[in-house]
Amino acid sequence: MITFIIRRLIATIFLLIVVSMIVYAIFFLIPRLAGQNTYQLATQYVGRNPNRSAVLAIEQKLGLNAPLYLQYGRFLKAIVFGTHYNSGTSTTYCPPPCFGYSFKSQQPVWPQMVSDIPVTLSLAIGAAILWLVGGVAIGVLSALRRGTFFDRFSMGIALLGVSLPIFFTGLILLELFSYKWPIFPNVQFVPLTQNPLLWARNLVLPWICLAFLYAALYARLTRAGMLETMSEDYIRTARAKGLVERKVIFKHGLRAALTPIVTIFGMDIGLLLGGAIITEYTFSLHGLGLFTIEAVQNQDLPEILGVTMLAAFFIVIANLVVDILYAVVDPRVRT
Amino acid sequence: MPETLLEVRDLRIQFPTGDGLVKAVDGVSFSLDRGATLGIVGESGSGKSVTSLGIMGLHQGTNAQISGNIRLDGEELVGAPSSRVRELRGSKMAMIFQDPLSALHPYYTVGAQIAEAYLVHNEVGKKVARKHAVDMLGRVGIPQPAARVDDYPHQFSGGMRQRAMIAMALSCDPELLIADEPTTALDVTVQAQILDLIWDLQQEYHSAVIIITHDLGVVAELSDDILVMYAGRMAEYGKAEDVFDRPGHPYTWGLLASMPRIDEARLERLIPIKGTPPSLINVPSGCPFHPRCRYAGLTNGRSQAEVPSLREVEPGHLVACHLTGDQRRIARAEQALGDIEAPAVPTTQGDV
Repeated sequence: MITFIIRRLIATIFLLIVVSMIVYAIFFLIPRLAGQNTYQLATQYVGRNPNRSAVLAIEQKLGLNAPLYLQYGRFLKAIVFGTHYNSGTSTTYCPPPCFGYSFKSQQPVWPQMVSDIPVTLSLAIGAAILWLVGGVAIGVLSALRRGTFFDRFSMGIALLGVSLPIFFTGLILLELFSYKWPIFPNVQFVPLTQNPLLWARNLVLPWICLAFLYAALYARLTRAGMLETMSEDYIRTARAKGLVERKVIFKHGLRAALTPIVTIFGMDIGLLLGGAIITEYTFSLHGLGLFTIEAVQNQDLPEILGVTMLAAFFIVIANLVVDILYAVVDPRVRT
Repeated sequence: MPETLLEVRDLRIQFPTGDGLVKAVDGVSFSLDRGATLGIVGESGSGKSVTSLGIMGLHQGTNAQISGNIRLDGEELVGAPSSRVRELRGSKMAMIFQDPLSALHPYYTVGAQIAEAYLVHNEVGKKVARKHAVDMLGRVGIPQPAARVDDYPHQFSGGMRQRAMIAMALSCDPELLIADEPTTALDVTVQAQILDLIWDLQQEYHSAVIIITHDLGVVAELSDDILVMYAGRMAEYGKAEDVFDRPGHPYTWGLLASMPRIDEARLERLIPIKGTPPSLINVPSGCPFHPRCRYAGLTNGRSQAEVPSLREVEPGHLVACHLTGDQRRIARAEQALGDIEAPAVPTTQGDV
């Protein structure tokens, strides 16, 4: 088991390096292949009305003239250890993880992202717990009461949940529960450390909105998984032992049905940023999602690069966690 | 204590389906003494497995309809509360299944699964249950049981998995053990070991055993009584020697002729029974075997029209067939002579 984890960790580090190469290629190599020279690349950093000396200074500062492998090396080094930008006259320090300077604010990208992370994390973790517990519970009940009204009703709702886009359910929720019946008025982010109650109350609607989509999917997956496992031979064996039905269902049935859910859950957590973008936008929560939208609107390449790297990092880590969790739940994988 | 442990009377198990009523078990009766062995033989779909599931109460939860009587040690199980049947399951009656790999849970260790069976019916701690699991694994012949107890089923070989299943079934010292095709999924070399093991443990635990199989060779070694089933009904029932030496039903003759033998020279090919087992929704009229029976023409249409009742051809030997005693003797003689259509029915006496 320990060697398994170590092997996975090493593989993950390699994966992260490959990811950084691809991101680097997208942001620095492809513009060049498309015919942009380093001068034009540097121009983007200068802002409006660039003059030649300022552009050359930036070119020097960012080292855009250096050979590509050297630039990639610096890019990687900046992310891991931070870097000093030397423009000839002055030196500025960009602390790790350094994704460069924002075009717009002329500040390092990372500190700007850091303040947005708790918002997205609060949204994501709350929604994930909600959809995992809710989706699995509904799925199990549906499977056990297959063909009943409950089954049909919840699967119908699930179909609705999968079909409805977040910005639609989000606006409906806001209209109903924030304006018409103001149970959750003034949805805005309050840090958990500042006021836990208000933190939770203000996040209820975004949680429900984001979780609805995923819960629907998980309910259907769990239902299908449970129906399959409950007809397995080992379930008959468990009954033949004289186990009470509750144990047969949860200890033997759900345990096996949950394994694929764990995999999908890990992947979904990694990919959650996509869902968070729309939810944050709908509820005007300033998290990484809104940060991304603004970065794209401003064509702020370093900011987009920062978000991309962070998202890729999350997905890779989620993959690692899934692999390890999978080995924990399924002994056949442990080799 | 009564001598008879299990008494099954006119057992019927039916499943309503979209296509019609499936009569999986249709009027089966037998009795089993303590420590004795019954072999239930038949092709796939003959109702032999459903019979055993019905005894165990494992048909519950499905939409099966069950009627008749199942008396275990004098206690009626048909219509008994499911909680009571659950209590008996695993403690007084236990079952081992055909494919031990799929019958064992892949995510729990073998030891944990055996201990679980023990814990259900015994008020003991986990340590005691685990020790019992090691003990049981040793008894069923798993080498180094203390080490293997923490293995997962996929780390066991096929034969060892079936041994583990047997250990699990016997963990609460059941009075009745039902083995549903216990050797079908195993290598031929392992089959004999598993049968020996069941035999040895039966002597040790004095359990009554029902062995369900499509292989007459399996039951030949072990059984006191044999029940041949066809299309959910009893075709022949009697002492093992009687059924093997003087089989009365043409279906039994077919089963015997299709069985490979090593104690006879291979003069002829094995004779398969023509056709396929009937659908249990549209069971053929009259004798369900008549479309595949070579001798159905001898009964003046009774085989097609009338369901044959069980008749005693000799004391304790029941056969459901319309052939008269003379016709049966002539038909058997034809087979024994080895005519072109039905040669090489075993005629030797003694163990088969």
